[in-house]
Amino acid sequence: MSHLPARPGVGFKSKHFADIARNPGPVGFFEVHAENYMGAGGLPHAQLTALRADHPLSVHGVGLSIGGHKGLDEDHLARLKTLCDRYQPDSFSEHLAWSSHGAEYLNDLLPLPYTEQTLQIVADHVDRVQEVLGRQMLLENPATYVLFEQSTIPEPEFMASVADRTGCGLLLDVNNVFVSCANHRRDPLDYLAEFRLDLVAEIHLGGHDQEDLPSGPLLIDSHGAPVADPVWALFRDIIARTGPLPTLVEWDNDVPEWSVLAAEAARADAILRERGQSLAAQ
Amino acid sequence: MPHSDFLTAFRAGLQDGTLPPGLTAIDPAETGQRFAVYRNNVAVGLSEALAARFPVIRRLVGEEFFAALARGFIRDDRPASPVIAEWGEGFADFLRGFAPLVAHPYMADVARLEHARGRAFHAADAMPVAPGDLAACAPDRLILGLHPSVQVLRFGHAAISVWLANQPDGPPVRDHARAETALILRDPAFQVHVVGIAEADAALIEALQQGRPLADAARCALRIDPDHSAQHILVRLMSGGAITSAQEEAP
Amino acid sequence: MTTKTNTLALGAALTCALGAMAATPVHAQGMEKCFGVSLAGENDCAAGPGTTCAGTSKVDYQGNAWTLVPAGTCADIALPAADDGTARQGSLSELDRDIPA
Repeated sequence: MSHLPARPGVGFKSKHFADIARNPGPVGFFEVHAENYMGAGGLPHAQLTALRADHPLSVHGVGLSIGGHKGLDEDHLARLKTLCDRYQPDSFSEHLAWSSHGAEYLNDLLPLPYTEQTLQIVADHVDRVQEVLGRQMLLENPATYVLFEQSTIPEPEFMASVADRTGCGLLLDVNNVFVSCANHRRDPLDYLAEFRLDLVAEIHLGGHDQEDLPSGPLLIDSHGAPVADPVWALFRDIIARTGPLPTLVEWDNDVPEWSVLAAEAARADAILRERGQSLAAQ
Repeated sequence: MPHSDFLTAFRAGLQDGTLPPGLTAIDPAETGQRFAVYRNNVAVGLSEALAARFPVIRRLVGEEFFAALARGFIRDDRPASPVIAEWGEGFADFLRGFAPLVAHPYMADVARLEHARGRAFHAADAMPVAPGDLAACAPDRLILGLHPSVQVLRFGHAAISVWLANQPDGPPVRDHARAETALILRDPAFQVHVVGIAEADAALIEALQQGRPLADAARCALRIDPDHSAQHILVRLMSGGAITSAQEEAP
Repeated sequence: MTTKTNTLALGAALTCALGAMAATPVHAQGMEKCFGVSLAGENDCAAGPGTTCAGTSKVDYQGNAWTLVPAGTCADIALPAADDGTARQGSLSELDRDIPA
């Protein structure tokens, strides 16, 4: 189970360590990428140990390749278990994507067709992760730029089916919803209407870039900009329906000063509190 | 189509640009441009990860050349594990064989230095020995344990000088026409230091790493330099927190 | 000198060295200003700087890489002045003055 508080969180960056120690602001948890803490020792572990002592922690994997070849990288999974055993995070999450091919790691979250076949592979992989880690995991919806003719299952239904078969929870990346829907010329509200919000245990918010193709804009999930206003609007809409949820602000490229991230977290906090107060008033 | 065949086709397309079967877009004419986002993310993402591990190489050759260099390296040597920080061991050898750099053979040595710094950064933790543990030890039987980050590297070229010259406020390269030997260690504040040492110092450190008693290690150094004094390098190791245990061997 | 006196001299020198070591505080410097000090190369889950045009042009693995001449500019990073006091650029050709291959 995810035990993160229903508060804003921020993706931890090493360079913000001292700022966070001075003033974490409204941040209720931190999230780290698992693969950055798989070395033997040194500064990463010293910082994470100190961070963990003071804050709830989410470990977010980027390298399991859950949508990849049948059979996970068991060595990598074992390292993930070592990490989770050591830091006892309040949540573990991974992506509906693939990133390894055979013995090579491609360092990107790549898309897969949604079919009965891939549904079974992904569900088997999620089962295996949960079995090894001995905990529930959350599966995150991807940002995509292409479609597949062979896909037969809409993404929200695919994710709900994985959750039904495995008991995993869902991580709803609102920016990814916005990016994918824009890229595939869909209304994100239609996507969200199909999404099993009751299974969502964490929200991600991040910034995106825009390019222009002949048919219209192409949005890129860059995590290098503030959260866009329409993404904030979708977030508010979701929280109005779900109540407050753990909500992570992500920023991975051109990472700004801590104060900028704290301000983004404060913006999320205001929306979460707004909803918390309206619930309390009922 | 089996999922594994799809993945293989997609993987091949990332490299050669062939669109994987079934790939499409809301405007199918744009499928290639959209697929290019993934192609670019993989190529540029790996290239930037390499640049982050080899910042001085990147600085020496410049951005455009590094991007070309990285593409060549990535074609032959992609990460074998999802832990991107563990990638790049083969980069020095790649540079040594990279034809456009044949006139700059020190590049491979600088890459070895940078890779060793990365290993030191992520090496296992170990606490410095308590000074009291050193007192009244017999040098003939004293085994000093060294921190896991400690590495000795011998360079045929002035890799340390080049590396230092490319650090903020670094001294210009003065005596570059000589081989250099580096001690690399991570101190208790997690800073990774690169120290130029004498060959006799290197022999002493390597003997200690092999678990030989201090007096034996000092004799190894004396065989290289009859005037060598062990004190300087031992104090340097001590001040860097690199001496992590002191035990007397049974007589 | 005999081997025995050598051994005695070495023993005395090492005992002295051990005393100096015991008196040496572990010196942990503050954050060193150093390029790549974080020794990054970290994993993240964002798209890179990916642009469709960069993707199609730069991802050509063959390209003309082998005819490129290394010519770093590092315009955003000041290098220390050279021995003659003139400012240096962090380019390979500049460094060539200092480092005979």
